[in-house]
Amino acid sequence: MLCDICGKNQATVHLTEIIDEQMTELHLCEECAHKKSAQMEQQFGLSDLLAGMAEFEKPALQKEGLTLKCPNCGLTYADFRKIGRLGCGDCYAAFSKYLIPLLKRIHGATQHIGKSPLGIVKPQKKKEKVSDVAALKEKLQRAIESEAFEEAARLRDQIRELEREQPLADKGDKSAAE
Amino acid sequence: MQLNELLKNTSEWLKGSGPNSDIVISSRIRLARNLHKVPFPHWANKKQSQEVLENVEEAVSKVDYLKNTSVLELISLDALDIQFLVERHLMSHEHAQKKEGKAVVVDDKEIISIMVNEEDHLRIQVMQSGFNLFEAWDIINTIDDALSKEVRFAFSPDLGYLTACPTNTGTGMRGSVMLHLPALVMSNQISRVLAAISKLSFTSRGLYGEGTQASGNFFQISNQVSLGISEGDILENLNGLIRQIIEQENQARQSLLSRSRAFLEDRISRSFGILKNARIISSQETIELLSMVRLGLDLGMLKDIDRRSLNELFIITQPAHLQKIENNKLSAQERDIKRAEIIRNKLKL
Repeated sequence: MLCDICGKNQATVHLTEIIDEQMTELHLCEECAHKKSAQMEQQFGLSDLLAGMAEFEKPALQKEGLTLKCPNCGLTYADFRKIGRLGCGDCYAAFSKYLIPLLKRIHGATQHIGKSPLGIVKPQKKKEKVSDVAALKEKLQRAIESEAFEEAARLRDQIRELEREQPLADKGDKSAAE
Repeated sequence: MQLNELLKNTSEWLKGSGPNSDIVISSRIRLARNLHKVPFPHWANKKQSQEVLENVEEAVSKVDYLKNTSVLELISLDALDIQFLVERHLMSHEHAQKKEGKAVVVDDKEIISIMVNEEDHLRIQVMQSGFNLFEAWDIINTIDDALSKEVRFAFSPDLGYLTACPTNTGTGMRGSVMLHLPALVMSNQISRVLAAISKLSFTSRGLYGEGTQASGNFFQISNQVSLGISEGDILENLNGLIRQIIEQENQARQSLLSRSRAFLEDRISRSFGILKNARIISSQETIELLSMVRLGLDLGMLKDIDRRSLNELFIITQPAHLQKIENNKLSAQERDIKRAEIIRNKLKL
């Protein structure tokens, strides 16, 4: 079977497209399929999706927002709406009025509770412990599955110890994520 | 490092050795990081991108943990080399689109890769064989900490790591697990499972990440939310979800075995037969048949093949790998012939 687009090469990729509720099948060679998929990505890019999510703003706010400009990199809020990517780290502060609600819609939260770079803020030992406990629990599960019960008992005690050291702090994190 | 050296080796994550390696192919974590005050790659000019590249290269060279890595600047690679790296999951399709100012840092075992100037200045990735998220986390956390001492990352105490796309803000972390779920697909349960996954704000993708279709019963499951949740909790949630999916796949396998053993044996044996005898085969058909053979191996129906060889076949039958092996440009038809030959040789008893 020859490619539907160029009609020259052997079709090796088979696509089903739905346009206006009509299903069409496309048989493409690798080269044309590649071009086609780049096209489709442009049509349904993430930027549209993000821009769509930001459309909930009140019209008056929207108009004001479009002229906002990041003092560090020069990207405007209108640029962000168009391309769906921010220009630099400072854009977050420059557009915070609009970005915070957007982040809330995407992640359901607006406060970071994960790790920090070593250079800037003191490392948050507590957070690292959380993943320690998680890793130990995983090992415990494996030990139980492989019936290594002595090892399992040792791991269980270790987990208890760690959890005693940081009993409530992590529960607080969970509610912040709501 | 020469790319041809990679060709001779099997990537660490393909060894098929980690926990639950019958169902879980690999576990992967990536962290998105950017440099303080510097425009993100899509918004940076040539000079700024070049500076980022130089700064990152210098930082990498100072990190002890990264001493066995090589920096591959895309500008020095041809299209085939780039496709080769994509097929080995060392870089993304997106990264391959434009070469200027871009690089990928790769370690000799292919566990670590750092894309420079992809969507973010750094995309650090660690891959492990089997179901091994926490080990991957230990490695990537160490690398991230070490790099954060050498370069200042764009970070806010409130919003965390600042990324080009707001979908990655916060931890900048995506954990992904690649699963082989043939029994859930054959028993028509997969759409129910995938629907449940998306309700829990996880996503499912195909073999080659964003925008690719699931093929040959392979699914990549990853977290979507990156802000307001700690790295440990993201991993624990993903880990718990994957455990449940593994459980369901195992149940589906058992029920297929008890109810339609002959059907299953027939499909598996026919798939093996075709792979051992075909003279022309497409990559799509290869993946589908290899998926069945893999299942046959898991269920003990097929012997005399090992998981590692099967995993290898998935990669070396891809277009750029075939051409690297042949050391020649091949048309799609020539590739189909070469692919069949390589498979026959590998599966020869």
